[in-house]
Amino acid sequence: MSTLLQVEGLSKRYRRGNQEVAALDGVSLSIAPGETLALVGPSGSGKSTVARILLRLVEPDAGRISFNGEALLGLRGAALRAIRANLQMVFQDPMAAFNPRATVAGLIDDPLRIHGIVGRAERPRAIATLLERVGLATELAGRRVHEISGGQRQRVAIARALATRPALIVLDEAVSALDVLVRADILSLLAELQRDEGVAYLFISHDLGAVRAIAHRIAIMDGGRIVEQGEAATVIAAPASATGRALVAATPELPVFKETVS
Amino acid sequence: MTPLLELRGLGVRYKGAVAPALEGVDLDLAAGERLAIIGESGSGKSTLARAVAELLPQTVIQQGTVAWPGLDQKARNGRDIGFVFQDPASSLDPVMPVGDQVAEVAHANLDMDWRAARRLAVELLDRVRLPEPALLAQAYPHQLSGGQKQRVAIAAAIVARPRLLIADEATSALDTIVQAEIMALISALVAEDGMALLFVSHDIALAANLADRVAVFRHGRLVEQAATAELVSQPRTDYSRALLAAHLGLHA
Ligand SMILES: Nc1ncnc2c1ncn2[C@@H]1O[C@H](COP(=O)(O)OP(=O)(O)OP(=O)(O)O)[C@@H](O)[C@H]1O
Ligand SMILES: Nc1ncnc2c1ncn2[C@@H]1O[C@H](COP(=O)(O)OP(=O)(O)OP(=O)(O)O)[C@@H](O)[C@H]1O
Ligand SMILES: [Mg+2]
Ligand SMILES: [Mg+2]
Repeated sequence: MSTLLQVEGLSKRYRRGNQEVAALDGVSLSIAPGETLALVGPSGSGKSTVARILLRLVEPDAGRISFNGEALLGLRGAALRAIRANLQMVFQDPMAAFNPRATVAGLIDDPLRIHGIVGRAERPRAIATLLERVGLATELAGRRVHEISGGQRQRVAIARALATRPALIVLDEAVSALDVLVRADILSLLAELQRDEGVAYLFISHDLGAVRAIAHRIAIMDGGRIVEQGEAATVIAAPASATGRALVAATPELPVFKETVS
Repeated sequence: MTPLLELRGLGVRYKGAVAPALEGVDLDLAAGERLAIIGESGSGKSTLARAVAELLPQTVIQQGTVAWPGLDQKARNGRDIGFVFQDPASSLDPVMPVGDQVAEVAHANLDMDWRAARRLAVELLDRVRLPEPALLAQAYPHQLSGGQKQRVAIAAAIVARPRLLIADEATSALDTIVQAEIMALISALVAEDGMALLFVSHDIALAANLADRVAVFRHGRLVEQAATAELVSQPRTDYSRALLAAHLGLHA
């Protein structure tokens, strides 16, 4: 099987005052075209650090990444910009990732303009279509990012990532603030795009229900390492690692009320 | 019994908006009660939370009343109300160590000197299960992971032992293990201090496991409120039924 993304031996230490934090310690993973790999693990286990390194926002101390056959970590300038159209990210914290003064339409227009996806005249139509795809009313287009709800903001981030029709989208807790109904719609939109356009996802989430619904494979992280990898349904049904077992056991289920209230 | 908080005919319209974000909401919250607010994205949950804490922008048009019959005076943010925002990073000061941000709330509201407040802050960071809290207290927000920032925001909200904790999607970025620990901590505070809880969440299972009562919002209106057991086993509206049915469990 061909690979779209191949990550080998990624390590990263951060300095925090006079403390050293080993955020990643030899992480290897791969994603095939059109595949969804879920990255799950306790808070602070290194998931967003993997994402930030893929997007070249943080440089690793060691490791190799090949994307579409190219060595990602060596790229600079125009070559890096060209890759960015093909590798998009939805940030865990959309508010911090967005310019607070930008409007919803402006945010979605950015990638369309920067990467020359559609001509100037067609851009308003393209923006409207993208908003509609993520279930947002076009009347939100003129609002600023602090003038919409948290779930609406997450969907703007998703629309922005879809705009360039990338080969890989890194989704960092991208559906975590969405109610169940909207989340179900977004998950089926992601699945539909995967079917139609063959986009692959690195789906970072603590929500194992969503993971089970969308991912082909799961990698479980703990303390900067991958402690378990496997087929999604299998891992969730019978996790082999202690971390996997603890994550599954702590997932809230709807309580069952024995006698019905009258 | 006198409720702690009483909302009557609460309506909110943002400047320039075509439809109101909230309309005609009547809702009571008793001291020590745990109320979950659920509903779809954009239904007005965060608007309700902000209206209660008087944190809406000045430009909104507000109707109805927010009254505190259970308090002798108007509720004060920090002391009477602890607020965990949906977007925790935005409520943290980027240029102040996170421990000081928690300590500041204690210093300002609990009549504590800085030394004691700092000590209490580290204790709180430990209670929200942050690793090596004494060291982590010195970190700046950008040096923490998303879930770690969310836990700092929770620590700051509960450090002054408020009468009401408003938690707006407060655990949405937390893994299930830490989430369960935070829920246990919040439940303990409710039991020990009689703190009331307004718990906004999109996760029905989480809400149902924590709350005494659930209020369901849609398009700015309160469509149903009931005791948790009743809402889960016998929802009265199609909308509540749809929300329950869309829950993605692990054993489906
Ligand atoms: N800029 C930084 N400086 C210092 N330490 C950092 C920095 N960014 C992250 N860390 C630390 O690295 C570790 C991994 O962080 P990361 O953000 O990758 O975790 P995560 O798995 O995404 O967690 P979460 O689920 O809470 O978002 C954490 O202990 C965090 O505190
Ligand atoms: N400052 C603002 N100006 C104009 N409209 C706003 C503003 N803030 C929120 N809105 C709108 O008011 C409605 C209710 O927003 P609110 O944030 O209360 O929703 P919510 O139920 O918390 O949603 P979510 O689950 O997505 O966080 C939304 O349609 C939103 O776009
Ligand atoms: Mg993260
Ligand atoms: Mg909200």
